[in-house]
Amino acid sequence: MLIKTHRSGFIHPVSSEITPQGIYQQRRDLMRLMAGGAAGAALAGWAGREALAQGVAKPGKLAALPGAKSGVAGAVTMEKVTDYKDASGYNNFYEFGTDKSDPAKNAHTLVTKPWTVAVEGLVKQPKTYAIDDLIKLSAQEERIYRLRCVEGWSMVIPWVGYSLSELIKKVEPLGNAKYVEFITQADPKTMPFVGSRVLDWPYVEALRLDEAMNPLTMLGFGMYGEVMPNQNGAPVRLVVPWKYGFKSGKSIVKIRFTDKEPRTAWNKAAASEYGFYSNVNPNVDHPRWSQATERRIGEDGLFAKKRKTLMFNGYEAQVGQLYAGMDLKKNY
Amino acid sequence: MKAANAALMHPAAKPLVFVLALLPFAWLFYGALTNNLGANPAEHLIRATGDWTLRFLCIVLAVTPLRVITGTPALARFRRMLGLFTYFYVVIHLLSYSWFDMGFDVPEIIKDIIKRPFILVGFSAFLLLTPLAATSFNAAIRKMGARRWQMLHKLVYLIAGLGLLHFFWMRSGKNDFAEVAVYAVILAVLLGWRAWQYMKKKRLQPPAVAGKQLSN
Repeated sequence: MLIKTHRSGFIHPVSSEITPQGIYQQRRDLMRLMAGGAAGAALAGWAGREALAQGVAKPGKLAALPGAKSGVAGAVTMEKVTDYKDASGYNNFYEFGTDKSDPAKNAHTLVTKPWTVAVEGLVKQPKTYAIDDLIKLSAQEERIYRLRCVEGWSMVIPWVGYSLSELIKKVEPLGNAKYVEFITQADPKTMPFVGSRVLDWPYVEALRLDEAMNPLTMLGFGMYGEVMPNQNGAPVRLVVPWKYGFKSGKSIVKIRFTDKEPRTAWNKAAASEYGFYSNVNPNVDHPRWSQATERRIGEDGLFAKKRKTLMFNGYEAQVGQLYAGMDLKKNY
Repeated sequence: MKAANAALMHPAAKPLVFVLALLPFAWLFYGALTNNLGANPAEHLIRATGDWTLRFLCIVLAVTPLRVITGTPALARFRRMLGLFTYFYVVIHLLSYSWFDMGFDVPEIIKDIIKRPFILVGFSAFLLLTPLAATSFNAAIRKMGARRWQMLHKLVYLIAGLGLLHFFWMRSGKNDFAEVAVYAVILAVLLGWRAWQYMKKKRLQPPAVAGKQLSN
C-alpha cells in the first residue's frame, strides 16, 4: 500500500531484518512432533513441554519455583540456554560492586524477606504488596528470553514470572498515566556499594505505559526453575527482553505510575550514552562502541567471530509496532 | 645492602626474574586453554594483559629510584628485561583486542580505534613504546650514542601518562576510578622522585660547570 497510516503498523526498513514469527512456531511444532512421536497428537503438547523442560536443568541451588510454559508469542526461544553458572556469576548489579564477578560474591547480604512492593501514583487501586502475595498474583510462567547487555554481550535465560500487565490491570492506571517508574532497593546496610559515586541511588528505571503493558514485559521471580538468586535481582525484578539489560531493574521495591517521563539512573549519569528507550538496535551505536555485534556468553568461543545483534533483540514482530513512526536514532 | 647486591648479581637472578615475569602470561595462557577465564574469556584476557602492561610499566620505572635510594646498583641489570616485558604485555594486549574482540577485521579495527578515543590513546602509547623496545640492544645504544638514546627513552614518561589516561578513560564509563587512582599515585611518586632529583642536581651544580656543560 502506498499510503500508510498508523494502523498499518510498524514499517520495517529492511524486510530481511524481520524474524518471522512462523519460524519459531515451526521449530516448536517440529520439536513437538519429534518428542511426541508415535504417542500421537494427544501427547504432543506434553512431550513438547517435557523436551523444553529437559533443556533447562534445575541447578539445585535454591528453592524451586516452577513455571508453566508460556503461551505469549515469542516468549520461548529455542536457542541454547546459557549455563546457570554464567547467568548467576557474571552480572551487572552495581549495588554490590562494579566488577561483573562482584554481585555473586557480595549479594548474599541482601535481605529478601520480608519484602514489599508499593504500587502507587496515577492508579485507582494503589497497594503495597507483600512479596508472597505478588508471587501468587498470577500464574508463574517459564519464558526463555535473549538478554542483550549494552556492553555487547548476551545470554539466553529461562526466567520464571508473569507479564507485568497482570499487575497493571489489577491496580487500574488512570487515564493520564503515561509512564511506569521502577524504583529498586537501595539499602546501604545490605548493599555495600550503595553510596558509591557511580550512580545516583536508588537505581531507577522506567517504561512507557504501552511498553509496560506488552505481554513480553515480565515481572521475574525466578530463573532456571528456581527462585531468583540475589545477584540476579531477588526477590522480584523486571525483564524487558527487547531492551538493553540495564532497563530491567533488579530488586524492585516501588512501582510508580506517572504522567511525565521519569529520569532513569543511567540517563542521569550519561544522557548522551543511555537514552530513555534503550531498545536493542544494531543500527544505533553506543557513542563509545558499536552495537552491531555481540558475544554470546559461554557459547561463542575465544576465536569465534561475534554474532550479529538483532533489531529489538529479535523481538521486532512482537514490539516493533510500539515504535511506529518514531525516529529510533533520536529516541535511542 | 651488600648482601642484596650480591644476590642480585647471582647468575640465577636474571633467569629467575625472567620466569617470574612470564608467570602472568603462562597463567592466562593456561586459563584460556582450559577455559578457566570466567564467563567472558575475551574480556578477561584483554583486561588482564592491559593490567599487566601497567604493572610492568610501574615496576620498570621503579628500578632507578629503588637502585638509588637503597644503594643497590645491581638492580640496573634488570631494567632492560623489565622494559621489554612491558612491551611484551602491551603486544599481547593489542593482539587480544584485535583478535578476540575484533576478529582481526582490520577495517573494523580502524573504525573502532577512531570511534573510541580511549583506544586511540592506548594505541598511541603502544606506537611510542615500539621504538624504545626496538633500540634496547647494546648495538643500538652504541650507534645512537648514550645521550640520544636517553633522550629517546625519556618518551617512557609520556607513554606512562598515555597508558594511565587510557585506563582512566576506559573506567570512566562506570565512574570507577579507585584502581586508576592507585596507578596514578604510583606513577606520580615515581615520576615525582625523578623531578625532585633533577631539581636537586640543578641546585647543587656550580654555575660555571653548568655553563661548561651547556657549551658542550
